Amino acid sequence: MNDPLLTYVLFGVLGLLGVGFYGLLFSRHLIRLVVALQILVKAAVLAFVLAGSASGRMQLAQSLAVTVIVADTIVAVIGLALAVQVRRHLGTLDVRDLSRLRG
Amino acid sequence: MARATRFWPGPWAEAEALLEDVMLVAALLVVMLAFAAQALRARRLLYSALWLAGASALLATIVYQLGAPEVAVIELSVGAGLVTVLFVFAINIAGEETYAGPPLVPLWAGGTAVLAVLVLLGALTQPMAGPAASQANAEGSFAEVLWQARGLDVLVQMVLIFAGVLGLLGLLAESGAPLDQPVARAVAAERQRDLQALERIAAEVKPRDEVHV
Repeated sequence: MNDPLLTYVLFGVLGLLGVGFYGLLFSRHLIRLVVALQILVKAAVLAFVLAGSASGRMQLAQSLAVTVIVADTIVAVIGLALAVQVRRHLGTLDVRDLSRLRG
Repeated sequence: MARATRFWPGPWAEAEALLEDVMLVAALLVVMLAFAAQALRARRLLYSALWLAGASALLATIVYQLGAPEVAVIELSVGAGLVTVLFVFAINIAGEETYAGPPLVPLWAGGTAVLAVLVLLGALTQPMAGPAASQANAEGSFAEVLWQARGLDVLVQMVLIFAGVLGLLGLLAESGAPLDQPVARAVAAERQRDLQALERIAAEVKPRDEVHV
């Protein structure tokens, strides 16, 4: 990747992935886990656009990025619905408490 | 890639425009990373949602600068708009409790895992440093690629949107049956009282009727 712009964007993708993975591993709140997932998907969208820009196939990259954005939104909807129902039925959103539950 | 136009083009105009674009995107990337980190660090969940919306808006700007305006528009409207509304709605329903204490994963193990993943991804993306592929001319417009070449993706998106609507119904659904709700119970109790009053009146009226008959 000779263009310095694309190199910076690659570092940005890696940074976003690091922040997202950190949030997934160290957050205890169920809704904050969905926030971390959103950050990871933002990294994926940026990586698609970066790859399209580097390879010269930007339209294909845009098409895939749009699909990822739609799927990400649905994941957020389902995850938040799950969190709300867990809060209603179990009274907590703490992952530590939820991991102790036995069915 | 969107380049700034110059009123006085000179020998250094192109290089200057490129440098400005690089600096702008680099600054936007740094601010976006800060917003994303704040979305995870913020004490209140509502602030987390707002920081995330800011990161989405900055991502849309970066993507536009890289020459992907369609993705930028969708990211701005869906990522910064719809998803933020959903977060605020869910936080409103679920409450804003914070949970203190150590995380499930030890800090050293999690940090090592994150670093290992980043190093691995960095090593895997090294082949991208080669010359760009020469397939740019084989592509059509965005609409042609999306609807014809990636038609199956569009079908999957439709199925996903239906799944999302069902998920949203789950988000809105109440936990109990309709008759278990306080308002429904109050209405049912009032109707029961009215019914009992009518039965008492009927019981008082009937014997007199029988006497007359």
